[in-house]
Amino acid sequence: MKTFHTGPLAGLMAMALALPVPAFAAGDAELQSLREELQRIKETYEQRIGALEARLARAESAGSVAPAGGTPNPGVDTRGSTAQGASGSEGAFNPAISLTLGSTYTRLSRDPNRYHIQGFIPGGGEIGPPRRSFGLGESELSISANVDPTLRGTFTTSVAPQGGTVDVEEAHIQTLGQGNGLSLKAGRFLSGIGYLNQQHAHAWHFADAPLAYKAFLDNQFKTDGVQAKWLAPTDVYLELGAEAASGGAFPSSDRNRNGLSVASVFAHVGDDVGNSHSWRGGLSLLSTSPRERPYVDVDSRGAIASNSFSGTSRTWIADLVWKWAPNGNAGETSFSFLGEYLHRRESGQLAFDSASVLIPFESTQSGLFAQGVYKFMPHWRAGYRYDRLDSGTPALRLSAGLSAADFPLLAPARPRRDTLMIDFAASEFSLLRAQLARDRSRAGIVDNQFWLQYVVSLGAHGAHRF
Amino acid sequence: MKLNIAALLCSVSLLANLPAHATLNVFATVPEWGALAHEIGGDKLKVFVATNALQDPHHVEAKPSLITRARNADLVIATGAELEIGWLPVVLRESGNSRVMPGQPGYFEAAQQVRMLEIPQRLDRADGDVHAGGNPHIQTDARSFLPVGRSLAQRLAELDPANAAAYQAGYKAFADKWQAALVRWEKQAAPLRGMPVAVQHKAFVYLTDWLGLKEVATLEPKPGVDPSAAYLSRLAAQFAAKDGNAPKLVLRSVYNSPRAADWISEKSGVPVVILPFTVGGSERARDLFGLFDDTVERLLKALK
Repeated sequence: MKTFHTGPLAGLMAMALALPVPAFAAGDAELQSLREELQRIKETYEQRIGALEARLARAESAGSVAPAGGTPNPGVDTRGSTAQGASGSEGAFNPAISLTLGSTYTRLSRDPNRYHIQGFIPGGGEIGPPRRSFGLGESELSISANVDPTLRGTFTTSVAPQGGTVDVEEAHIQTLGQGNGLSLKAGRFLSGIGYLNQQHAHAWHFADAPLAYKAFLDNQFKTDGVQAKWLAPTDVYLELGAEAASGGAFPSSDRNRNGLSVASVFAHVGDDVGNSHSWRGGLSLLSTSPRERPYVDVDSRGAIASNSFSGTSRTWIADLVWKWAPNGNAGETSFSFLGEYLHRRESGQLAFDSASVLIPFESTQSGLFAQGVYKFMPHWRAGYRYDRLDSGTPALRLSAGLSAADFPLLAPARPRRDTLMIDFAASEFSLLRAQLARDRSRAGIVDNQFWLQYVVSLGAHGAHRF
Repeated sequence: MKLNIAALLCSVSLLANLPAHATLNVFATVPEWGALAHEIGGDKLKVFVATNALQDPHHVEAKPSLITRARNADLVIATGAELEIGWLPVVLRESGNSRVMPGQPGYFEAAQQVRMLEIPQRLDRADGDVHAGGNPHIQTDARSFLPVGRSLAQRLAELDPANAAAYQAGYKAFADKWQAALVRWEKQAAPLRGMPVAVQHKAFVYLTDWLGLKEVATLEPKPGVDPSAAYLSRLAAQFAAKDGNAPKLVLRSVYNSPRAADWISEKSGVPVVILPFTVGGSERARDLFGLFDDTVERLLKALK
């Protein structure tokens, strides 16, 4: 002990080492039992050390060969190691690849080719239900990996069933922990506005987009630009984001000019309430100034008119999602509520029939949807969605002998839709869904739509986004 | 009004009195690592635990509350081995916190510190929820907490050098107590050695490896896949046979659905043992010691 110059402390430490039992004031009998206990511990330790040494020797001699015994599961090496051995090949750096496949069977009481939403200037995208009978949905391929210590790259492409057009859904880089809650994204991405907008369509609870998304965002708003998000250093979730982008996607238009055509800002707040509830709410603004954003209508004489809108377009979105699962365990049962309200004001000029007449135009439109999805037993969910839109009455200062009948698409309407769905997920990676909708998007027309759909994903594990 | 001003002044002075060295913010994905961090770091750490014992740690969503906690974390303690693959990568990316990205000192994986079992030789989702890195439920073997704790203490010391000695001492004190407890548990559990058991999910391979139980059946035909009625009936017949390979107990964790285990228990007469699985999983599993006291006791009690 003299060699240690640390005095009584070292002695105490050594004692503590040698005596891994709580110390207590002891009588003779207790001391005796203590000694016996120590002896037993010593023996056990010797056994344990012996066993460990034997195991080490076995491991050294056998390399990675698995000794017999363990679980009766063939094809599984029960004797592993700590290192999740990195392979030396180039392939080890392959990015994560995942593929989403989907297909539908639909029965529609009305012709899907003539689908439109009354009272709303169409964006030109395919917002109607898919073709009747069997139809292939979009197949989506997603590839992502870290580029280097600072960046991550993601590429998602979708292949449309008809014509085989390949569309770049997303292709962006984002920073990997810029620090201070800041993250940046550049490229093509799903805008952070609203709630559903930044989710991929196959992750939605219903087979198609809410009417409000179809009417205001042409299904979903994605754009080419940059995004900055900042997460506040608070215990309550508070995220602020801004995006700047070029035009192109509805409600903007391609402007062929330098600079920016789309700006959006959004704020999200969220938290938990107890163990069983969590929520997130948000407010977003999408501002753009489209030039000659085209759409096709039929004038009062029944001739096709190529019209376009130029002006400013401002869309506000308020969203709230609330999820419940007993103790946060959604395995047995859970419920989620989602509601979004969209409000758009557009003002500028309508060019009638290839700009032969220019008409001052102003419109204020709104739409909302609310949906509830209940997991009533493991693997099974049922849900209801309510959609309503209010086209408002556009202020058209008509001239040159034009009448409202020359703009039948703009005739005011209040489209409605009720949707019921039930789905079954055999595993996390597959889903079979049936959906029934009563769609009153077209004036005076009721379209009863029945969908049967599967969505599966294979490859890299998907993310459980909130 | 007076009261309000007083309260305000009080809180301001409280803020002013905060030590210059703030405590280290720790984000633990599951309760067991939160508890371990607490054992080692005590009041030097502010530990946030992302999930509770009643949640299946595979199936968690990247909730806003998790993202915001990860944003403020100095250290993320995860199990790894793909246990949190569905949500932790999203949480970390969304957090915008460079300190806790995988590969940084602020990201710690427990599974890297222990010997992994059931590393699959082929990776195919047709085999159910298999994990390339091996079975991730390492916390059911009490011995795991020593190597994990040792590495964790080192990591804490690295991140917070000012308190390095405290972390080492904290680990030392914990390890001493834990060694003694290990001896106690192993002695208590000696009658369980070699006992055939059935498990609901392949979540107890480390427990069976540690205590020498023999896993003879799983109620899930494949990991993460619920059993069909036909499959359960077949199992029930096997269980009821009472030959050498019939399980004496059916083990399930507290977050598993009781349905399959209860059904088979009723049919075959083999008792079900609900194990706390992690800290907070039962009344007694209030800390790591309680967790294994309760686990061993529940096994022994069911055997009687």
